[in-house]
Amino acid sequence: MTILVVAEYENGAVAPATLNTVAAAAKIGGDVHVLVAGQNVGGVAESAAKIAGVAKVLVADNAAYAHALPENVAPLIVELAKGYSHVLAPATTNGKNILPRVAALLDVDQISEIIAVESADTFKRPIYAGNAIATVQSSAAIKVITVRTTGFDAVAAEGGSAAIEAVGAAHDAGISAFVGEELAKSDRPELTAAKIVVSGGRGMGNGDNFKHLYSLADKLGAAVGASRAAVDAGFVPNDMQVGQTGKIVAPQLYIAVGISGAIQHLAGMKDSKVIVAINKDEEAPIFQVADYGLVADLFEAVPELEKLV
Amino acid sequence: MKVLVAVKRVVDYNVKVRVKADNSGVDLANVKMSMNPFCEIAVEEAVRLKEKGVATEIVVVSVGPATAQEQLRTALALGADRAILVEAADELNSLAVAKALKAVVDKEQPQLVILGKQAIDSDNNQTGQMLAALTGFAQGTFASKVEVAGDKLNVTREIDGGLQTVALNLPAIVTTDLRLNEPRYASLPNIMKAKKKPLETVTPDALGVSLASTNKTLKVEAPAARSAGIKVKSVAELVEKLKNEAKVI
Repeated sequence: MTILVVAEYENGAVAPATLNTVAAAAKIGGDVHVLVAGQNVGGVAESAAKIAGVAKVLVADNAAYAHALPENVAPLIVELAKGYSHVLAPATTNGKNILPRVAALLDVDQISEIIAVESADTFKRPIYAGNAIATVQSSAAIKVITVRTTGFDAVAAEGGSAAIEAVGAAHDAGISAFVGEELAKSDRPELTAAKIVVSGGRGMGNGDNFKHLYSLADKLGAAVGASRAAVDAGFVPNDMQVGQTGKIVAPQLYIAVGISGAIQHLAGMKDSKVIVAINKDEEAPIFQVADYGLVADLFEAVPELEKLV
Repeated sequence: MKVLVAVKRVVDYNVKVRVKADNSGVDLANVKMSMNPFCEIAVEEAVRLKEKGVATEIVVVSVGPATAQEQLRTALALGADRAILVEAADELNSLAVAKALKAVVDKEQPQLVILGKQAIDSDNNQTGQMLAALTGFAQGTFASKVEVAGDKLNVTREIDGGLQTVALNLPAIVTTDLRLNEPRYASLPNIMKAKKKPLETVTPDALGVSLASTNKTLKVEAPAARSAGIKVKSVAELVEKLKNEAKVI
């Protein structure tokens, strides 16, 4: 068995999500190869070669693969997939965008967002916004799987010394083009990888009040998240949304401030190790999952918390 | 242009689902069912394209049980012109649905197909991408803005770090994110009118589609329950607990 992991990368190096995905691949067992597809990705390939447990790094360096357009990257993965038993990618927006296209081209069903490996063909995944866990078996010759990164502890980023090999013809479907992007800038840790997350909801009242959470987060070295209500109200950008349709986080500590705790929000954070809820409504559903609940006005509690930690 | 919209009948998003005692699935007997929220956004976007004069006809399609006619009627009441139900009794995997939709695309020849980015029951987030693969069309997934510019479609997508815009050749596939639009409500007169709009039922066999799957669900379990926590009386007590009991700060 040989497993192909499609690398996620940012700023010229593999992203943490890749390390969690390699961990899932290691649980399946067999050789693990990592594919780095993109333009000018030599540095990324070098960082991938250092990941512990990776046997080989495949590099497809071509302008057609810039910005991970699925119309071009999917045929590349399909071309390479023939030699593998499993194709894995992290369940990031890129992974979710590309892998189902790969699965359909291979004429197999995909298994989305696995949280556990039972055996080489059997996996666990959450359904119904995390309110049920399905055990799914795949009879496909090539198993195409996305990995919920919070379900697997990252492997070490250093320690490996895999060979790097250039692969793949240029597949340019010519039916899509990258126009531009607007990336949110932040010095705080990345939301899905942070050890502590402080999230605000509708109770924050406005976007300006999020400054209370930012300064608390900075003191804790935490990332800042938000509920859908806070995003829809325009308090913060959408890439901060935690939940069924936003990001899935499972930090050591999740502090929910002014968040009621709708099913859709809980889907994104209820696997956090310790959950703290600060809400003035003591009936809020968030208190049913919180390890520590504080019924208080957040505008008094948050600054006091910042002072005391 | 002709726009095809795919909709799914799912358990209502407010329902707290229960896993069946025999672990065969979740209990959907006597549970409120609705149109998948992302599909509502897909219908709304198609209707807005029609109101702008971009779309000429909106065909709404569902692949599922006979009862999915209710959701198709809802889509008709919201402004779709006609509906197609590909009737299939079993719970289908995304690839089977994508294959059925591909057959409908071949027949209807739409310029644009809009789907939700994921169904809130299976949480797969696959069907649109798979349909794009099978048709060979470009895909604009997780769309928060869709603009037709000549023979191209500009789609702004919600990605992990922010937003990305891509230009797609038509015909194309778009899957909706929550922020694409705010779906309207159907008015009573429109609900009455929708009853007279055409709704065609076909079988997967008639479309020449196999619904076989390489995935099999072995069991469905309830997630591990979190043990009940405690309420603290003050911020000082909270900090003390986090430091000394939970040891997370």
